[in-house]
Amino acid sequence: MSEKKGRFGIHGGQYIPETLMNAVIELEEAYNHYKDDPDFNRELNELLNNYANRPSGLYYAKKLTRELGGAKIYLKREDLNHTGAHKINNVLGQALLAKKMGKTRLIAETGAGQHGVATATAAALLDMECVVFMGEEDTKRQALNVYRMKLLGADVIPVTTGTATLKDAVSEAMREWTSRIDDTHYCLGSVMGPHPFPIIVRDFQAVISKEIKEQMLEAEGKLPDAVIACVGGGSNAIGSFYNFIEDKEVRLIGCEAAGRGIDTFETAATINTGKLGIFHGMKSYFCQDDEGQIAPVYSISAGLDYPGIGPEHAWLHDIGRAEYVAITDDEAVEAFEFLSRTEGIIPAIESSHAVAYAMKIAPKMDKDKVIVITISGRGDKDVAAIARYRGENIYE
Amino acid sequence: MSRIKEAFNNKKAFIPFVTCGDPDIETTKAIVKEMVKNKADLIELGIPFSDPTAEGPTIQGANLRALTGGVNKEKIFNMVRELRNDEGITVPLVFMTYANVVFSYGAEDFFKICNEIGVDGVILPDLPFEEKEEFEEVSEKYGVDLISLIAPTSAGRIAMIAKEAKGFIYIVSSLGVTGMRSAITTDVASIVKVVKENTDVPCAIGFGISTPEQAKKMSESADGVIVGSAIVKIIEKYGKDSIEHVGKFVKDMKDSIS
Repeated sequence: MSEKKGRFGIHGGQYIPETLMNAVIELEEAYNHYKDDPDFNRELNELLNNYANRPSGLYYAKKLTRELGGAKIYLKREDLNHTGAHKINNVLGQALLAKKMGKTRLIAETGAGQHGVATATAAALLDMECVVFMGEEDTKRQALNVYRMKLLGADVIPVTTGTATLKDAVSEAMREWTSRIDDTHYCLGSVMGPHPFPIIVRDFQAVISKEIKEQMLEAEGKLPDAVIACVGGGSNAIGSFYNFIEDKEVRLIGCEAAGRGIDTFETAATINTGKLGIFHGMKSYFCQDDEGQIAPVYSISAGLDYPGIGPEHAWLHDIGRAEYVAITDDEAVEAFEFLSRTEGIIPAIESSHAVAYAMKIAPKMDKDKVIVITISGRGDKDVAAIARYRGENIYE
Repeated sequence: MSRIKEAFNNKKAFIPFVTCGDPDIETTKAIVKEMVKNKADLIELGIPFSDPTAEGPTIQGANLRALTGGVNKEKIFNMVRELRNDEGITVPLVFMTYANVVFSYGAEDFFKICNEIGVDGVILPDLPFEEKEEFEEVSEKYGVDLISLIAPTSAGRIAMIAKEAKGFIYIVSSLGVTGMRSAITTDVASIVKVVKENTDVPCAIGFGISTPEQAKKMSESADGVIVGSAIVKIIEKYGKDSIEHVGKFVKDMKDSIS
């Protein structure tokens, strides 16, 4: 893998307006300076451990394992982090970096609202201004998170352009960044966008697989046979995979949102239905039509409702190191309910896509095999939406 | 002398922009003819993209109207072909679109067809200096200039970009996205100075220019002035009946810098 100009095979790059070039160069230089700086890392680790509640647990899901009757299943509990998802790992890193760079204002995009909440949280903690862009459609699906961000002192700007979902929130945050660079850091929430974001976000999320590895060796004395995570842009998945990439015997499985099915237009499964393209600063796979217009994707999960995928995932797919499977809304909702009932853990609807795939393969695996599912976030935010999906008219 | 170079020869160039297919391709064709009639020196033709990240609300709206109206690349190529062959339009034409529009068509095919129909250059706002090798070789192969952009935040990069620039240089007047602005505060003259020290390629200023006064002021430091959103606003307001209104606007702007 070449990291020159942030390439992962043919993917990645910096396809952004000239206006932003010096900003990403400055960010790259600052990151390269601080990433090995002992003081920076001490400060970040203190925040991760004492504020965000790391390390997150690796929980042996005994009942789930018994119900499925095959491989032994562990859950990586990113849902127990402060703010309820893995997003805080990256945000604390980027916010601290931005602060060191002299920035006083954070902007962010958000889909489900988890990254927005995490950014608003870090901004409150570090005394920074915060503006979050969120598709108007998503502000309705995730109304509670909108209020949560406001409570934390952030401005939430509903984005009405395009499909009014995550991709449009990213576009709007990029537009905002081109108009105000001096005091503003764009705290990108996934392993996507122009270099160096895919590397920075991956490095800050890699703590997930670092911990899984240590915890698994402690618990089982061996590496897991498979690591399963959901993929939108792909930050919790790359975080879960990263320290296992060289361990070829560990299967890495990313679960994309198939929406109503990959044979329909209402899908967000990028690897399964997209093709190579250039968008949002990167070369990668995108759901698009024959004219190169980005497709209006769909998933029940606002956090996976994105037409692209991070360039490192595209590369892991190309070289066959990771598998990318598609999970439908129906399957995800069933998994959401199943994990809630069997383990008393309500997973985010995003993470439920990973649970759903584990439910498919675990029964077919031997009992001495071990699966880790990353529960990237908690599902409290989704309860009302799932109730509505099941025909119960609950309002938040 | 290339058509683009000629557009800047011994005069300040006025460069209007139009989004192809807004509201339909016939109107765009009529608008281009009207722009030529009113002495536009070079015309930027926008190929609409679903997610134009460098555009403000006005041109975003135009992209949406054009795509909703069903325009596609074949229709746009045909329009250019007709303008060149049937209408005898000789002013330089450049496409302005996004990298994915070119990439998805196949870069080789895209630049080949540009050459065939008589498109002189291509502006891609999401293709900075660092990524231009993506299309550079094929654009040169077919003699189509890949236009470079320089922004107010390009400090330390201007010479590097200018040295390799082709056709003309697009100087972005202001931070942010396209759209009309009441005031432009960037020190354009100092950017142009560095450009001139490094290349003979002419430079035109765009982003935010909407009045004859602004155009005149900007033309004092640069070789040309690009206007997009102000024209798109007229088309947004008058739709198919916008042709004469656009013509008058182009005339006023051209007069102001002549």
